[in-house]
Amino acid sequence: MQILSKIHNRNLVSWAENRPDVVVLSADLTSSTEINGFQSAYPDRFFSMGVAEQNMLSFAAGMAKEGFVPMVHTFAVFIYRQALNQINSSIAYSNLPVKMFGFLPGITTPGGATHQAIEDVAVMRSIPNMTIFETGDATEIETIMDAVYETNGPVYIRMLRGEVPRLFDKEDPFIPNKARILSKGTDITLITSGICTEEAMRASAVLGSKGVSVEHLHVSTHKPFTDPRILEAVSKPKYGVITMENHTIIGGLGTEVAEVMAENGIGKKLKRIGLNDTYAHGGSRHYLMRKYGLDSMALITGIEEFIETSLNISEEDLANIRIEAVHSSAKAEAL
Amino acid sequence: MKETLHTAEQIRKRVLEHTIKNNGGYLSQACSSAEILATLYLKIMHLGRSLAPMIPPPFPGVPSASNKNYFRGGLYNGPAAPEYDRFYLSPAHYALVLYTTLIEVGRMAPEALDQFNKDGSTVEMIGAEHSPGFDMMGGSLAQTLSQAGGIALTRKKRNEPGKVWVFMSDGEFQEGQTWEAVQTLFHYKIDNLGVFIDINGQQCDGQTCDVMCLDPLEERLKAFGAYTVAVNAHDPEALAHAAQHSHPDKPLFVLCYSDPCRGMPLLEKRKPKLHYVRFTSEAERDEYRKFLNNQFQGV
Repeated sequence: MQILSKIHNRNLVSWAENRPDVVVLSADLTSSTEINGFQSAYPDRFFSMGVAEQNMLSFAAGMAKEGFVPMVHTFAVFIYRQALNQINSSIAYSNLPVKMFGFLPGITTPGGATHQAIEDVAVMRSIPNMTIFETGDATEIETIMDAVYETNGPVYIRMLRGEVPRLFDKEDPFIPNKARILSKGTDITLITSGICTEEAMRASAVLGSKGVSVEHLHVSTHKPFTDPRILEAVSKPKYGVITMENHTIIGGLGTEVAEVMAENGIGKKLKRIGLNDTYAHGGSRHYLMRKYGLDSMALITGIEEFIETSLNISEEDLANIRIEAVHSSAKAEAL
Repeated sequence: MKETLHTAEQIRKRVLEHTIKNNGGYLSQACSSAEILATLYLKIMHLGRSLAPMIPPPFPGVPSASNKNYFRGGLYNGPAAPEYDRFYLSPAHYALVLYTTLIEVGRMAPEALDQFNKDGSTVEMIGAEHSPGFDMMGGSLAQTLSQAGGIALTRKKRNEPGKVWVFMSDGEFQEGQTWEAVQTLFHYKIDNLGVFIDINGQQCDGQTCDVMCLDPLEERLKAFGAYTVAVNAHDPEALAHAAQHSHPDKPLFVLCYSDPCRGMPLLEKRKPKLHYVRFTSEAERDEYRKFLNNQFQGV
């Protein structure tokens, strides 16, 4: 599996080159949110706003009112927790094109509960006019900017940083409100987002060898959540639907899928895997994913409960799985 | 300046009439800010002709990607062209005073007030982005200054000659975001922005000095890098002169020390609760009615 480093830092520079209306705002986390490249390349379009997020969000709204497309970067918690009123009154009400890049989703940071954005999707999803994207791999980080820019109104992006694997083929770009079908199957429909998708790919490969047929979809748009592929996928599995997210199970992907199922009268079981209504604490990603049940082993256990059968899958079986970047639609056809 | 003083008296009169008619209103805010708003509109701001109808249209729905009928109340302040100033009133509960000012300076018809606080109207009690004279959501205090800062910074980058004017209340200086905004205005040398603060010393719970002391406000602002001028809020000449100060590389803050009972001594009896006036009896309402008839005869 190919691992890429600091993708947004490079990509933003080339993408923004001929877009003079794009400005970038930072709250003293410039390198940490991979905008130091932009700062060096376009110092006139880079604004250091200090550790003052409420002012930064309202300031961005003012700049948007005069025609700029401000791209605010900081850790996610400092956006939706620190400045929620400003997001509502200054930005979202007026449907202004302020683009909010929130870093450190869920347990992707050892920074502990104050830095871990575990309920950002739930909070932002409840705000009218808001669009919500989440990146799951290198290809999505590389190809998300057009959709962010072209969306009419505010966008919140759950961003990954640092070293990120390429799970999806380079030629298979991010498309808003379109889930990626990573495998086709009939027993269980598995819907995942963000870093959980890699874990689920690992698990579903082993599950196939054990005779469990999994339809796996990767979601990168949380709002709007109207993709017909979701409804189609939740309508048909024999045992039911499992969601898996790096987020509290309340208000995020699991809830989005539950709403689609309930509103369409899909009478199937749903199991939501994620942070089970709990905060986490500081630690390595590996440790936290295991402790809070967000890894591939947790998914296997969940599926075993679902189908009431023990599959005898070991940690080693999962660790030995080699993941290659998939071309989602091609793979879907192949299966 | 006689004209400005006269307009300010008209503002007070109309707000008082309205308060009597509706048995309630933000009356003391008219008393404290009438000269500030009259001077801004008549002597300070460079605004184009209103682009809005004299009678405000009904509520167009909230802004969204699909609402093509949406409009902002800033149309009453003329076009948002590079050469013109922008105006943002922050404490949105001053709405009635702003609507009345628009009427007295000929940007809106007096009948507009018939829609005040009526269902389906844009002439709302707490001004919203679509309300006449407003251009953003100021109802949650302290966000307007930051937004106006973003606007001023953008206009400065584009070398636009027009300035940005903000009207604030003193209570907003209790909000942390206000100080975040001031430090940012100083950091980016935003000198195309001027703020008029109505320092009436009053807020919802009573006197500002009892609720949360702001003194010494001028020194605090100076320490944050602002250029400050302190004036009598009821002296149009002083107000207009303050706007002419040269303040290179710094935002201008005009501290307008006002009397929340100015022109209506009857209000003194209600101290220290002046934030919203609702008459407690028909007798009290009558008292104000008599006062209106006597005091504002011929205004």
